[in-house]
Order: sequence, then structure tokens, then C-alpha cells
Amino acid sequence: MTPLLQVKGIEKHYGARIGCSDVSFDLYPGEVMGIVGESGSGKSTLLNCLAGHLEPDAGQVIFDTRADGPADTVTMSEPERRMLSRTDWAFVHQHARDGLRMSVSAGGNIGERLMAVGDRHYGTIRDRAIDWLGRVEIDETRVDDRPSVFSGGMQQRLQIARNLVTGPRLVFMDEPTGGLDVSVQARLLDLLRGLVREMGLSAVIVTHDLAVVRLLADRLMVMKDGRVVEAGLTDQVLDDPQHAYTQLLVSSVLQV
Amino acid sequence: MIELKDVSKSFTLHNQGSAVIPVMEGASLKVAPGECVALTGASGAGKSTLMRVIYGNYLAASGQVLVGGLDVARAEPREILALRRETLGYVSQFLRVVPRVPTLEVVAEPLLAVGCARQAALDKAADLLARLNIPERLWSLSPTTFSGGEQQRVNIARGFAHDYPAMLLDEPTASLDAQNRETVLSLIEEAKARGAAIVGIFHDIEARNRVCDCEIDVSEFTPGMVA
Amino acid sequence: MNEYNFAYLDEQTKRMIRRAILKGLAVPGYQVPFASREMPMPYGWGTGGVQVSAATLMPEDTLKVIDQGADDTTNAVSIRKFFENTAGVETTEETEKATIIQTRHRIPEAKLREDQIIVYQVPIPEPLRFLEPRETETRKMHSLEEYGLMHVKLYEDISQHGAISTAYAYPVKVSDRYVMDPSPIPKFDNPKLEMDAIQLFGAGREQRIYAVPPHTKVVSLDFEDYPFEATKAAHPCDLCGSDDSYLDEVIMDDAGNRMFVCSDTDFCRSRRKAGHKGRLAEENAA
Repeated sequence: MTPLLQVKGIEKHYGARIGCSDVSFDLYPGEVMGIVGESGSGKSTLLNCLAGHLEPDAGQVIFDTRADGPADTVTMSEPERRMLSRTDWAFVHQHARDGLRMSVSAGGNIGERLMAVGDRHYGTIRDRAIDWLGRVEIDETRVDDRPSVFSGGMQQRLQIARNLVTGPRLVFMDEPTGGLDVSVQARLLDLLRGLVREMGLSAVIVTHDLAVVRLLADRLMVMKDGRVVEAGLTDQVLDDPQHAYTQLLVSSVLQV
Repeated sequence: MIELKDVSKSFTLHNQGSAVIPVMEGASLKVAPGECVALTGASGAGKSTLMRVIYGNYLAASGQVLVGGLDVARAEPREILALRRETLGYVSQFLRVVPRVPTLEVVAEPLLAVGCARQAALDKAADLLARLNIPERLWSLSPTTFSGGEQQRVNIARGFAHDYPAMLLDEPTASLDAQNRETVLSLIEEAKARGAAIVGIFHDIEARNRVCDCEIDVSEFTPGMVA
Repeated sequence: MNEYNFAYLDEQTKRMIRRAILKGLAVPGYQVPFASREMPMPYGWGTGGVQVSAATLMPEDTLKVIDQGADDTTNAVSIRKFFENTAGVETTEETEKATIIQTRHRIPEAKLREDQIIVYQVPIPEPLRFLEPRETETRKMHSLEEYGLMHVKLYEDISQHGAISTAYAYPVKVSDRYVMDPSPIPKFDNPKLEMDAIQLFGAGREQRIYAVPPHTKVVSLDFEDYPFEATKAAHPCDLCGSDDSYLDEVIMDDAGNRMFVCSDTDFCRSRRKAGHKGRLAEENAA
């Protein structure tokens, strides 16, 4: 089986400071990988390098494209990369405002990707938007409301719908549950889990919340000071951490 | 089907002066298809640790942990994930599920994960829940709100939904009434009959004697102890 | 004549603008940046169009200036005067006779010819601006032909009003490549954008020039199930009786009596001269 994503020796410096260094891993179709670490550990830098938002100083991000098979997204042309990011890739921002058009209705937000890939039938676009609102548990009567009148949890679910409507194969998530109430988080996680399963999505999720990765991620990578200190099966890394930093991280979580 | 060769396990506590605590040494065992092996030994002797090593939840320090030909001690995460999906089942003592998912779905999930048709998976789940006396009116609810005994039975139903060739059972009959205990024991017997290799922890001696073909005292593997 | 250089701008500036115009013609619909000059009129009064006209005018040209179709409104009169003063060119109100037509918000009803140039005054040249405020991003979207956003605007129209309610500045795709704002002309005029004359667009404040060469394909964006419609008020002109020209609605008294008249004053006048009569023709003939 070909990995969906092969990351090889990704390196990003901010001047003399290390953003992330020497990160390599393979992600197979249907796998969900979590990246944990404290603020400043380089996990968001890494995610942005993978998703094409930042250009790494070194390394390759090889994606198994539908048309041409594995291709390095770092060196591919910008139009190709942007095409990927609106079709086969999705990016869920921590703050829904960064991932939504706040002045456009919920339906328009969901429909944008469809229109971007050439869908020109209003009725079809609207039906799919309504279908997706249902899938992310937003009442269809809200289809013409702007996200500015939605709650934080609804905005985040709308952002997910907007991203998944084109049936991407790889989703990048940056702290998808950050800033939400615990009960809202649980609902969102459950929703994400269901969608990941149902659509066979692969995902890379950056978070500092170990409960999130335990629920969502098959595999886990622990980062500190820009480097990966430990990687493995999520439950193994959390239950039997090998590295000093991971042990500290795991033992620092309050038990409920 | 399940074979351990000279497996050792230790914990290094980096944040407590890098203390190294060896918990297991020279663990070897072999379970053939259709065979059930009971792990025995006092509390704290390492029965659960051994199970977790087999499941890949704990990382073995040395030795081989072969399940269906895959060395769990060295396998890639995705190989272990595939093993857990297809080959190796684990009934733990605690039910760990995402809130809001209905019981029927929880039980059917392992079947859906191996690509079983949805209706067939739900039928099998319903069948198991009925056998384990979970009232049908509860099937559409999330098991998170159930009593301890109910959760335990849901957990067993889930564990037996897919016909795993290898299974790990951690106290499957604990805190069950006579009728449900009987059901669980027959489930184990049925699994053996179809050729499943089983490693189990049973405090219930009667149950152990009924389903297990041999016993292994894990205190033999406790470092510093002479068996 | 006077102390101005011909058509106010100095020759270097005209050269710079002509280069931008030529580039615009070579890449239809593409917004060419240019070093817009301060003009002796405020932004919003057609400074972009005036600079394009100034760079295009030759002494032998005949200029027509219209504002919302009319030759006699303030904006049109001042610009016409401006060129009379600074270029000394002939001016006209007759579409037929003009070689250069500067317009604000309309295309004349009469079919334009290959030997004519029409210059549009453009307030906001960027059709994507409505939804994407970042210039860096909109330029990238143009260069990569990422125009999904344009349809999002039309989608919003339909979801809010049941139909595409964008009535003017209706976005078009030029020559199957660039999405372009045709300036705030009514969408009734959109089909006329495929014409025989050269079309030049000037945005002074935003410092952009773009162009549509003659006989270029110009398609108004729409949805399959909500096709583009060139709408106008469902009336004939009350003065000349024309039922296929774009109309202005005029409130006549406090009782709310209204009349509809051609917005293209020259078109209306020439029809009346030829004997066509509308509903209120008699009383207004005086």
C-alpha cells in the first residue's frame, strides 16, 4: 500500500531559532495521527509546513495525488498545490473565524468549495449544503444565516462541513476543539470520529489536549523544541511513555 | 497463534531519578488455535501487564511477541492497528467509548471496521446484546449512563462481535450474575470451538477450570523471584 | 489655444497610460496597474476614465461623454468641457458621430462600430473585492483562475432574494479567462459587451486600466438553474415608445405618478425626431 502522505526530513527555521527539525513519518489512508506538545514545541509550524502554508527550509511532503500518484507538494507549482488544498485536502483552523467567511451565509460557506471546483447548479449546491449541515448537526433552517450569529461550537462544525464537502482525503486540524466548552468539545470529537470513520479520512491533528488524541488519533507524535521525541501507537505512547518529556506530559494531566 | 519468547518489560521513570523498574523477565508462552490459557498469580504479579504487552499497549523491552505471525514488539503502528482490527480482540474490564454513540453501534463497530455490511453487523450486535440480557429499550442509548454490570456486558458483546482468531480476556466474568456468567462462558467456548486462541485472566476458579486448557503463573516471570 | 498640453496630460504620462492600454488589450480583462495622476477633479468623478480618454484622444477625434446614459448631467457636462478646454477637440451628443465615448454607468443603445472607442469610468475594478479584501489574495486568485468566490456572491443573491439580484456591475468572464467587473453598468447592458468597438476601462483611485478588444467573448456569470437575464423595467419609453431600451423611472409629482424614459437621451431624442411617440409624448413635446 502506498502511504497517502510521506513526510521526509522537514525542517523550518525562524532565523537562528528552530521551528521544527528533522521530522519524518508516513501516513497511510484512513490513519489519524495526533501531534502533541506544549506551545512553542513546533507542532503548528510543522502542520503549516505540511499543509503548504509555510515553505519548509528542507525536506519533502509527498502526497499520493489522484491523478499522478506521489508528488512532492513542496516543489509542485502553486496552482497545483492550491488545487489540492481545495479538493483533496482540508484545513480546520482552531478559530472558526479563520476558516469561514463570516459575511457569507452558512450555505454559501459550504458551497464555496463546490463552486470553486466548477459546480454551477444552484439547486445541487444548496442541497449539498443542507445535507452537510445535517451531517454536522446544524438545523437546515440555518442555511441562510451568517456564521457570525452561530455559537462557537456551531461555527466549528460549519467549518468542518465547509472543508469536507468536496470529500477530501487528508484533513489537517489545528487544535480543532481549542476554546470550546468541554461538552461542546465532546460533541465535536464524536462528530469528527464518525466522519473520519465514515469517509475513510486520513488526518493530522495538532493539539495539546491528550484526551483529544486518545479519542481521535490512531498514532501519536510527541514534539518538544521542534523535534519529535517519541512516536507510536496512541494508547502505547500514552500508557507506556518512553521519553522523559512524554512521561512528564502524561503525568501532568489531571485525572477526573 | 499467540507466542511469547523471552519477553521482558521494565519501566524507566525519567522524572523520578531515572529509576528503572523491571516488571517482567523471560516471559514465554504459546497458545494454539482453539486453546485457552489462563494467567494466574497474585495481584500485582503482572497479569495485566503481560496482556497489555501482547496487545501492544505496553512496549516490550526485549523478546518477541508474536500474534498471528506479527511481532508486536517491533511492528509499525499501522500493523498493530490492523492486527487489532482483524486478528486480536481485547475485552478489558472497563468500557471506553465516545459519549453519545448508541449501544447497538458500539457493539457493531468492530464488525463495521472490518467491512461487514451494516445490517449484518447490527443484527449480530442485537443478537449478542439479547444473549447478554441487555434490555432492548437501552440499545439506542449510549452505554456511558449504564450501571457497571451493564457496561461490562456491553463491553463483552463488543469484544465478541467480530470472530477474532486471537483474544485477550481480562476478568470477563467478574461481577456478573449466574445467568450472564453462563452466557459469557458459552461465548468463550464457542470462540474456542471456532479456533480462537485465548489468553485470559480469571479470578473465578470455576470458570477458569471450565474454559481454560492450561494455566501459567506469571510470578515465574517476576524479576528477582525464583519460581 | 491655451497653456495646457494637448488633453491636459503630459506626453510621458500619456505614453505610460497607452502602454497600460495596449497591455490591457493584449490580455483582455486583466487589470493593468498604472501610475494614476492627480486630475483637476475629485476621485469618483471619473479620473480613471478621463486619463484613459486623454491618452486616447487625437486632435481629429470627436468626443461624446455620457453619465447614466445622459449627455446633459453635471458629470458629463464637466468632462466634456474639460476636454473642450484642454484638447480643443470637437464634442457631440450623437453616438453616431463620436469616435471616442467616455461613459459612466451605461453603454449607448446604438450599436457601436469598429472605428469607435468606448471608455468606462470604473470606481472599483476588482470584482472579487466584495468577498476578499486582500489585494495580494485577489491577484493570486486571478492568476490561478480561482473564481469560485464569484459564484458565492451570486449564490448569496439567490439564497437571500430568490434570484440573482445583482443588477449592475454584474461580473463577466472575458475571453474564457479573466473575471472582470464591467463597471457599474446595468446588467441589461452586459450582452452589449461583445461589440465591434474597443472598450477601455479606467479606475483612477484604484490605479487600474483594463480592456476588452473588439469581438471578444464576454460571458455573464450565472448558474445553470438561474441563468443570466438582461433585465429592464417592463415598460416602453413614455417619450419615444421604445420597448427595448434601458429606462429610468422618474417620479413626477407628490401623488407618486411616474414615467419611464430612455436613459440614453441621444437614443430617445433621435427616435422622437424620427416620429416615434410614447404614452406621454404629446404633453412633453412642448
